[in-house]
Amino acid sequence: MIPPEFEYHRPETIDQALVLLTQHGEEAKILAGGHSLLPLMKLRFAEPAHLVDLNFIESLRGIKESNGLIEIAAMTTESQLITSPLLLDKCPLIPDAASQIADPQVRSRGTIGGDIVHADPGNDHPAIMLALEASFVILGSNGERIVPASGFFLGAFDTQLEENEILKAIQVPVSVAGSGHAYCKLKRKTGDFATAASAVSLVVEGGVCKKINIALTNVGATALKAEAAESILTGQTLSDLLMEKAVEKAMAICDPAEDLRGDREYKIHMAGEMTRRAIREAFAKATGGG
Amino acid sequence: MASTPEDKQRKENLAGIGCARKRKEDPRFIQGKGHYVDDIKLPDMVYGALVRSPYAHARIKGINKDAALALPGVLTVLTADDLKPLKLHWMPTLAGDVQAVLADEKVCFQQQEVAMVIATDRYIAADAVELVEVDYEELPALVDPHQAMVDDAPVIREDLVGKDEAGQGKRIHDNHIFSWEVGDKSKTDATFKKAAVTVKEEMLNQRVHPCPLETCGCVASFDKVNGHLTVHITSQAPHIVRTVVSMLSGIAESKVRIISPDIGGGFGNKVGIYPGYVVAIVASIVLGQPVKWIESRIENLSSTAFARDYHMVGELAADKNGLIQAMRVNVLADHGAFNSHAQPTKWPAGLFSICTGSYDIPVAYARVDGVYTNKAPGGVAYRCSFRVTEAVYVIERMIDVLAKKLAIDPAEIRRRNFIKADQFPYQSALGWSYDSGNYPAALDKVLEAVDYEGLRKEQAEKRARGELMGIGLSTFTEIVGAGPSKACDVLGVGMFESCEIRVHPTGSVIARIGTISQGQGHQTTYAQIIASELGIPSDQIQIEEGDTDTVPYGLGTYGSRSTPVGGAAAATAARKIRDKARKIAAHLLDVSEQDLEWDIDRFRVEGAPDQVKTMKDIAWAAYNNVPDGLEMGLESVNYYDPPNFTFPFGAYLCVVDIDKYTGETKVRRFYALDDCGTRINPMIIEGQIHGGLTEAFAVAMEQQLVFDESGSIHGNSLMDYFLPTFVETPVWETDYTVTPSPHHPLGAKGVAESPHVGGIPCFSNAVNDAFSHLDIKHINMPHSAFRVWKTIHAQGLDKRT
Repeated sequence: MIPPEFEYHRPETIDQALVLLTQHGEEAKILAGGHSLLPLMKLRFAEPAHLVDLNFIESLRGIKESNGLIEIAAMTTESQLITSPLLLDKCPLIPDAASQIADPQVRSRGTIGGDIVHADPGNDHPAIMLALEASFVILGSNGERIVPASGFFLGAFDTQLEENEILKAIQVPVSVAGSGHAYCKLKRKTGDFATAASAVSLVVEGGVCKKINIALTNVGATALKAEAAESILTGQTLSDLLMEKAVEKAMAICDPAEDLRGDREYKIHMAGEMTRRAIREAFAKATGGG
Repeated sequence: MASTPEDKQRKENLAGIGCARKRKEDPRFIQGKGHYVDDIKLPDMVYGALVRSPYAHARIKGINKDAALALPGVLTVLTADDLKPLKLHWMPTLAGDVQAVLADEKVCFQQQEVAMVIATDRYIAADAVELVEVDYEELPALVDPHQAMVDDAPVIREDLVGKDEAGQGKRIHDNHIFSWEVGDKSKTDATFKKAAVTVKEEMLNQRVHPCPLETCGCVASFDKVNGHLTVHITSQAPHIVRTVVSMLSGIAESKVRIISPDIGGGFGNKVGIYPGYVVAIVASIVLGQPVKWIESRIENLSSTAFARDYHMVGELAADKNGLIQAMRVNVLADHGAFNSHAQPTKWPAGLFSICTGSYDIPVAYARVDGVYTNKAPGGVAYRCSFRVTEAVYVIERMIDVLAKKLAIDPAEIRRRNFIKADQFPYQSALGWSYDSGNYPAALDKVLEAVDYEGLRKEQAEKRARGELMGIGLSTFTEIVGAGPSKACDVLGVGMFESCEIRVHPTGSVIARIGTISQGQGHQTTYAQIIASELGIPSDQIQIEEGDTDTVPYGLGTYGSRSTPVGGAAAATAARKIRDKARKIAAHLLDVSEQDLEWDIDRFRVEGAPDQVKTMKDIAWAAYNNVPDGLEMGLESVNYYDPPNFTFPFGAYLCVVDIDKYTGETKVRRFYALDDCGTRINPMIIEGQIHGGLTEAFAVAMEQQLVFDESGSIHGNSLMDYFLPTFVETPVWETDYTVTPSPHHPLGAKGVAESPHVGGIPCFSNAVNDAFSHLDIKHINMPHSAFRVWKTIHAQGLDKRT
């Protein structure tokens, strides 16, 4: 449980960090909260020669709102998400989901950016990002680009982020009237990854589901957007029959790996059950029942 | 005798037996001031790290140390070949087998110790481990004890080929270790043949690990000048370690000093002697420098002693009214690659023969066959007396199976079969003499407290609505306090316990006891015992354990033996002091001993209440004014050899609600009534019960060491292995009755393991009971959400209409 030797860098600006990343190429790894990377290093599954610690870059922290968008700096910790008045008011899904991640110790170090970029299929923020139609502000030596969450996750631990790029911030739209959100996560115990989880964000008008996003955690190589399930419910009033059809569609896209949390059959059913519960909860919230 | 307010006050001042005194250990623990093995730092100390096998079964074709030795800071790399000249590449186990200290030509389980790197710091040692090149030829692995016993199974222990004995009786197969049987087989078989009703069920006590928060480790320090060896070690039995180390190393026992400092939990995991300790000691002798070796969490879960892995077939024979007439149990016990379970030497299946439980079963028979597999060795008592969890599980599950078959309520069938209060001392069919008990009273108290009938009514209503609710009972009998030396020994040393007490001139006390606390609160409770016996306030009594140079020989702490045996030694030693004090008091008061009576903290002259000498007065006099012919000083030693085990018992009830769509079980209520005889410190007892129930909950619901077919271990980190946090832990309700042990000086029986032993079947019975209206006889632990859902789904209970 001791990592091999590595060099530790502590840049104070994003530019300094980018220089270090360019300089050390694939030998470098960004250190955010460290709660995924450091265990991997201790097990010697990851052996980066250089660690570039972003914790001392002030501009990578903070949550602000402008032009109907909330921008969350990438190094914002889970516990900061949970207690942010702005998020609690205008994007409650993020604090709700963040409070279900790991334990208080991890949440006080772990960051939203780290969780997204590490792209462990068990991480919770990727599905939340898909459900919220978030965008990612990415900085590289060639400047800034903005990429939608949809399409960002390429596979397990694999994203569109290039080696010498840094995720600077996450942009999510401010939630509109009539919207409801829920993140239902089944886990074995405190600190565990999800056996399966489902993020739902929807808008209800006059009892009709105008728009719904459903995304699933830890039942595939990446977070999965359950588009077929969404289209079953879009434009409809919620009924048991439609709910079951949607759940079936959500289950159909799952491709989980068997592990100690359960076999494939269980995980697929749990993705369905979490989706069912998340839809119900989100609907209840949207219609004032939650 | 204490009747006046003044008497009462004097008694309270002692904070003795019965006082809910705060733990004296806690101020240092909660301030981070505990002193554990890994806190020990000695001059010139170097660090050992183990190279471990990635394979469960493989031949070692070669080991190349060159790259590791070339790393600056690496002092040496030890392998079996280096230990051979010292004859230390194998070591004897407590169970009469031998175990490879470092793998000798082959490895028999994944993570087996292959080599130890010694380096000037931990980081270099860890890097060097990666540089040791071991050439393996993989062999087929056996992980299932049933498979291990088939005719052409691969042979795990080639060193034993041709030997029909491995220390515990006759072997009948190359992968077989021993057969052990108890009871009257022919009478039992005959009763089964005639019985109106029989039930038979296969059940598994899955392989789990005690997982103490502090992993195992040691600092071995050999002084080449004076030939003394000092080892700071995570041990529940430091004196046994001293004897074994002396036997293995050839160093005189008087020159070996074993120190167990603060121990961060043991639960049976720290009873045995592990290869890491032995190699660290050898390395220190070779280098003449202190060597520290500390396990990682993964090493602890993968290689040090596991618990259980008992594959049991339980059977009961009964009449139509559910009166049990006979019990039969057959067990295949998976001991892993070496037979290094920790039981009293003569008991290869521990005290498993307590399996007739709290019931008056006329005849019984049990047989246990120990088997080698390619898994880590062990088979320790995880927060229980030796193999008692397994025994209690099989009877408490089987009685529910019988109840279901006969459609008798589980509480009622227990009541019908209980040993009655007037049957004690009770002679069990498998040879135990139960000291005392009152089982019906305990059960009735619990049933009334929880409104049992109301719960059953609610369950019926819920079932009608398709909901899953279960009510589990467990009315267990424990056997603790090993043990009478005529029955119990470890490597020939009787399982007595010892206490030495010294009363200083100013009336304060130091007492040294051969046990070692790992969280049990010995500093607090032993002082209370001595306080009540000597009439000296417990705050003035220091308790010391764990240093073999200062403490008299003791067998250590495990199997709930500290209060039954160590507590008895403390009380008996204190009484010796009181006897001498009486002589001094008589001398001081110029009366005869017979004229004196003991009065809380003093002797007084009968009929002359003003004529008193307090223990404080007597202590002072003991050092300057003793009667002629009496030695000066006030101290005593007692080696207490218990006349019998003690038999704590309890009645537990658990209510669970199961989410049929996820399989999650919510423990709605858990009511635990314990009877541990005389209660020394009610607060510590309650804390112990909370802890034991929490570990029972963990075992019943989620804990398991899982192996795949290749023998690779899965779930050997705390990411997977379940240690409940405050979030998962149910709320516990505790209660008690007091049925003193007639043979214990204080009437105390021991308690810390009852909640684990009694709790596990209670949870399991509750989960099984949730399905008792269906055609399901028994579901094995762990009752994880996934496994429970599998049952639900197979029954179609999660269908939405």
